[in-house]
Amino acid sequence: MKKNGLKAWLYLLPSLIFLGFFMVYPLVDVLIYSLEEGYNSASQTFTGVGLYNYAYVLRDPYFMQAVKNTFILVMITVPVSTGLALLISLGLSSIGKLRELYQTIYFLPYVTNTLAVGLVFMILFKKTPYTDGMVNLLIGLFGGRSVDFIEGPYWAKMFVLSFYTVWIVLPFKILILTSALASVKKDYYSAARIDGASGFKIFTRITVPMISPMIFYLIITGFIGAFKAYSDSVALFGTNLNAAGMNTIVGYIYDMLYGDSGGYPSYASAAALILFAIVFTITVINLLISRKKVNA
Amino acid sequence: MNDYEKIERRAAKRKRAVRIITIILLSVWALIVLFPFYWMVLSSIKSYSSYNSERIPKFIAEAPTFKNYVSAFTEVPLAKYFVNTLIFTVITTALMLVVTVLAAFAFARLDFRGKNVVFALFLALMMIPNELVIITNFQTITNLGMRNTFHGLILPSVTSVFYIYLLKENFESIPDELYKAAKVDGTSDLKYLLKVMIPISRPTLVTITILKVIECWNSYVWPRLITDDRARFLVSNGIQEIRENGFGRENIPAMMAAVVVISVPLIVLFLVFRKKIMEGVSRGGTKG
Repeated sequence: MKKNGLKAWLYLLPSLIFLGFFMVYPLVDVLIYSLEEGYNSASQTFTGVGLYNYAYVLRDPYFMQAVKNTFILVMITVPVSTGLALLISLGLSSIGKLRELYQTIYFLPYVTNTLAVGLVFMILFKKTPYTDGMVNLLIGLFGGRSVDFIEGPYWAKMFVLSFYTVWIVLPFKILILTSALASVKKDYYSAARIDGASGFKIFTRITVPMISPMIFYLIITGFIGAFKAYSDSVALFGTNLNAAGMNTIVGYIYDMLYGDSGGYPSYASAAALILFAIVFTITVINLLISRKKVNA
Repeated sequence: MNDYEKIERRAAKRKRAVRIITIILLSVWALIVLFPFYWMVLSSIKSYSSYNSERIPKFIAEAPTFKNYVSAFTEVPLAKYFVNTLIFTVITTALMLVVTVLAAFAFARLDFRGKNVVFALFLALMMIPNELVIITNFQTITNLGMRNTFHGLILPSVTSVFYIYLLKENFESIPDELYKAAKVDGTSDLKYLLKVMIPISRPTLVTITILKVIECWNSYVWPRLITDDRARFLVSNGIQEIRENGFGRENIPAMMAAVVVISVPLIVLFLVFRKKIMEGVSRGGTKG
């Protein structure tokens, strides 16, 4: 048993070094940073130990704006993307031959560079002196008034951000749900049909319960992912998110660390731990609900 | 009998109608997915003057030009960003493979004291969000003077606990008898790993390689924190830089040409390895 103990540790050594240095140590360190008051990056000194950093972050209007933006984004994109993915997957499972083609198309956003395609979205939605942009043209066709989605009113910007986020996260959800749907046994459907169950009844009584573990998995990972939103917002509104009023919690962390207002690893650490606490709480709530609802 | 046929026919008709409506709705979403890609290619082949003179954007390019692609490579250092990303992706992925294979082998085939505890700790690390550790890593790399270097970019991006887990599962599914037989023949562990386990596990290795390549190619946050010298930008930062300080003027067609150039490699990779990528992502991808 212990014969090749040393050898085993040798095989593990590279991963232990990498993980120790870049994950375990930082994890301890981030806690320490968040408690060091008045930390100075240049001299690496601090004036005291306490909860001041947390208090500072919680009182910072930029942080509160970021929290508000992130929560709104989460509340919109998680239900919309999960629901839409469910509808699309149901549609996909009923169309036969075309299915593979559509699946391939739907998956494309997953393999695209968020920053690069975000630029295309910006151009589609942006209103410039030269042109109102593609989307405003469409709105005009239906008789609406044109809006600047990139530098205009708050809800217009939130709409684009939500739309782009949904566009990006859907491929993963569709993929997971189509494979979940494919694994539901055909016998159940046949049995239900013989009993004369309607399509809607089959959906709510058989399909949903059968794939509910996967739906909950998507909701949980969806919440976690949406709380970490950042790149999509940068892609649409540029790197100065505070000026655009579209910063997210993660964006706030990075701005505190490095950027125009950067150089404050202590504030960044406090904000990161607050984010972690939020995500952790929501995940636990989700798990409790899913334990009650899903009969696995 | 006549009534029965009528009901049958009506049901069939209804079924066909539902199918057609489904296909139409699915097509609408397919259009929404494809449209940005169409638009970037379209805009990239319009000339600067024709793009800016179109108050109502045209859906076709009347005089297609490839000049924007020339500008994308000559007026901004797109080629440099490209090469940087390539170097970053290749080295990070290669290191990740070595580290992952060795660790997975230790967990799957070797016995040592504390194995279960160490493995449990590894799994626990899977739940740690990047945002928590990136702050210290930023400070570490900065203090080591590795800002704007490939070392600084690559080293913290190497390990992925999840891939170790995935590969360990795969290694464990290889029958023990093979290992024992190799031992009897006097084959060393390392040789067994290289000659037997790696070839058998090739599909999983290909999957994690592709997933890592996608991750590297699209990484934005870490490179943004650790590089401010344009000579070390990766494509994501490059495109952001092009957007903010780009071509000296708001040259959207040239920007779109750069976007196309950046997007093509991954799309080609996807179309070639479609099955593998989708299978890999459903087994272990996240994002979103």
